[in-house]
This record gives sequence, structure tokens and C-alpha cells, in this order.
Amino acid sequence: MHIAEGVLSPGVLAVGYALTAAGTTLGLRRLDYDRLMTTGILAAAFFVGSLVHVPIGFSSAHLILNGLLGVLLGWAAFPAILAALTLQALLFQFGGLVVLGVNTCSMGLSGVAAGWFFRWMSRVWPTPAGRRTAAFLGGALGVAGAALLTALALTCSEQGFATAAALLFLAHVPVMLAEGCITMFTVEFLRRVRPEMLPDKDKEANHA
Amino acid sequence: MFDQRLFQPSFLQEVDARVRLGCAVGLCLCLSLLGDVYACLVGLAVSALLLLLARPCWQPLLCRLAAINVFVVFLWCVTPWSVPGEELMRLGWLTISVQGVRLSLLVSLKANAIAAVFLALVGTMTAPELGHALERLHCPTKLVFLFLFTARYVHVLGQEWRVLFTAAKLRGFRPGTNAATYRTLASLLGLLLVRSHERAQRVHEAMLLRGFDGSFRSVTVFHAGPRDLGFALLLLLCAVGIVTLELCGVPYV
Repeated sequence: MHIAEGVLSPGVLAVGYALTAAGTTLGLRRLDYDRLMTTGILAAAFFVGSLVHVPIGFSSAHLILNGLLGVLLGWAAFPAILAALTLQALLFQFGGLVVLGVNTCSMGLSGVAAGWFFRWMSRVWPTPAGRRTAAFLGGALGVAGAALLTALALTCSEQGFATAAALLFLAHVPVMLAEGCITMFTVEFLRRVRPEMLPDKDKEANHA
Repeated sequence: MFDQRLFQPSFLQEVDARVRLGCAVGLCLCLSLLGDVYACLVGLAVSALLLLLARPCWQPLLCRLAAINVFVVFLWCVTPWSVPGEELMRLGWLTISVQGVRLSLLVSLKANAIAAVFLALVGTMTAPELGHALERLHCPTKLVFLFLFTARYVHVLGQEWRVLFTAAKLRGFRPGTNAATYRTLASLLGLLLVRSHERAQRVHEAMLLRGFDGSFRSVTVFHAGPRDLGFALLLLLCAVGIVTLELCGVPYV
């Protein structure tokens, strides 16, 4: 999912920075000091979790977990993803200073959207099957959105990258399914073990 | 746990962290805007020189650069034939275009130049150093706090994940493409999240107990002297040179 440096055009980079700045500001405003530790440690868990390799067929892929983070944190997922990606750039040089805006924006926006979708769907379909579907689709939507935004950034930078962008998106389809399954099982696990970690509205639906 | 020593001590590490960060941002942005192959080549030369000055440990550094170039290799596999343009050569039914090769070459040069600048100037910092430098450069306090916290706990959680995974393997867990594997991995991940959450609550309570009031007090002292200024000016001159070359544009084939 990380675009290398030097690939994107100045316009796309600027839009990425602007959206990241807006999302981070909004996320930080919603984040008070009492939740800062939890967010920081969940960002660290996101970092570690994204190094986990999941076998898919003959190959394996690493998880992205932005959907799960969006489900757990809402808008606060944005600054958490920014912090984790900055750390990844520093420690592993995945991504970097210049594409940090675009990378954060593609993963953050889709993560927040996945969180919204999860909450909306568990409200309208509050049965166990509905909640499982919501978690699966939330996880898959996180990856799908991130892949789509990355492909869009590549295509908008240079028409010549359109084929590469399409291939990149197609390569992420199995990852979407895997990530959906993992998110579904993880949310199910959290609901059984520590339901207070899941968003409030979901808990209300749980009690109803 | 994730820290790998990439550089030996060098004079670059003695340059003020804020100056290094500022120079890295400026130079990386300047390199990313280039569209001329010659300007990119000069940029790559400057960044390679910076990397040499940082006294790298070659083996881990080359592994990092190889990882960065995976995406570049992917683009080389696709772009030369997918960009329409003047025919350079024909391989079966694929037409390699001049424009496609030029685009791929430009991207490879830029990607490596930017990565080298970032490695030499920012890769030589530790995470706390970067956090404090960001704070002094007026980055939002909460964001710096979040970054420092994440950096602190990444190692702890990485260790925890390793323990969980070893325990699962000792109980006969063999990863494969099946529901059982996904369920197990998800449970391990869930356990990691639950433990992180509990740890966060403990840390928060401990910090409140020690009088945490939301402000962050750093004991790191930054001094920017004439040498740091000279270093920044030198890099600025290099950037101006590269941009001039880009704007004047030496005609190429």
C-alpha cells in the first residue's frame, strides 16, 4: 500500500497533505488527554499488527488493519495512523516524508469510513449475523478504500500509471477478503472479551 | 526490537536535529518536484554523498534500499509498455515506448534520491529525538505526544506479539489458508489489543498519579550554532543548483 517516493505529482501530494492536515486536526480535536494513551497504544498495536503475515493461497500478505482502527477509534484513527506511519517511515523507510500525506490520507479516510459503515450497519441490523457482516465489510472496506485511493493518486499523477494502478488494486482483492475475515473474528473476540472497547452505539445495540 | 543500527556515529548526527529535519523536508520536497533526468541525476549524486557522509553500515542499508525499490521494480515491469508513445523496441506483442522508459527512469532516480536524503538526515535520529525536534518545530502537542507514545510502545507490543505467537506455535498452530488460521490469528490480535488497552489504562493512571497535566516536558536541549547554519546553507545551495538545472533544462535525447 505504500507508494514509493518520487512517483506522485506535486498536485496529488499537495491534496494528500491538505486532507491529512484536515483529518488530523479533526481527529485531534475529538481526542482528549484521557484517551490519548489508549489511542497511542492502539496505534502501536496497529503498527505491530500490520507486520503480521496472513497466508493467502500460495502467497501471504501483511495486514493493514486501518478498518479495525477506524471501528475502534473513529476519527481519532486519523492521527493514530499518521503517528504509526511516521514511525514506519523512520524505522523501516516504508513510505517517507513526501508521500506521508497521501499514504495517511488513503489509509485514514478509508479507515474512518469503515468505522462509520460498521456503526451504521450494526445499528440497522442489530443481530449477531448482522454485526458479523458489519465487521467483515468494515475490514474489507478499509482495504478497498485504501487501495482505491492509492490507485486514484497514481492515476491522477500520471496517466501512464493507470495500468499499474489497476494491477495494484486487483492485487489487493484477496487482501480485502483476508482482512475482512480477520476484522470479523477480532471484533467478535473483543465483543466477548472486552465489549467496552467497541464503540458506544454498538454496545447500545448489543443491549437492545 | 525494531531498531536496527544503520549508521555509525558521524558528524551528521551532531548537527542539530531540527536543522536536519528542516533540511530533509526541504530537500525531499525539492527532489520530488523534479521532472528533468539530469537534475534528478545531480540530486541523486548529492543524496548519495550525504548518505556516504552519514557512515552507513552497508549490509542493513542495502536491504532497506532493496525494500524501497520493490515498488520501483513493479513500476518498471508495467510502465514501459503501458505508456503510449514513440516506439523504442518491440518485445512480442508489447511495444516499449520511449516515454514509458523515461518515466520509469525518472521515478527510480527520484525514489532513490529522496530515500537516501531521508535516511542520511532523518534515519540517523532516534524516535524520541524526532519527536522532540517536531515539538520544537511547533507540531501540535497532542500529535507529538501520540507519536512518542506509539514509538515507546511499539517495542513492548512487538515483544508481546512474539510471546503470543510462540505460545500458539508451541500448541501446534501451523498457519495455512483456512478459517482456523484466520480465527487463531484474529484471537491473538484481539488479545494483543485487549492487553494494550489494559496497559494504556494502567499507564494513564500511573501518569495521573505522577501529576500529568497534559503538557510534555522535554529535557532534550537543542543548540543550533554556526556549524548547523553552515550545513543548512550548503544544502540550500545544492537545492538551488538542482532547481536551476531543472529550470534551465539541458536538452536531452
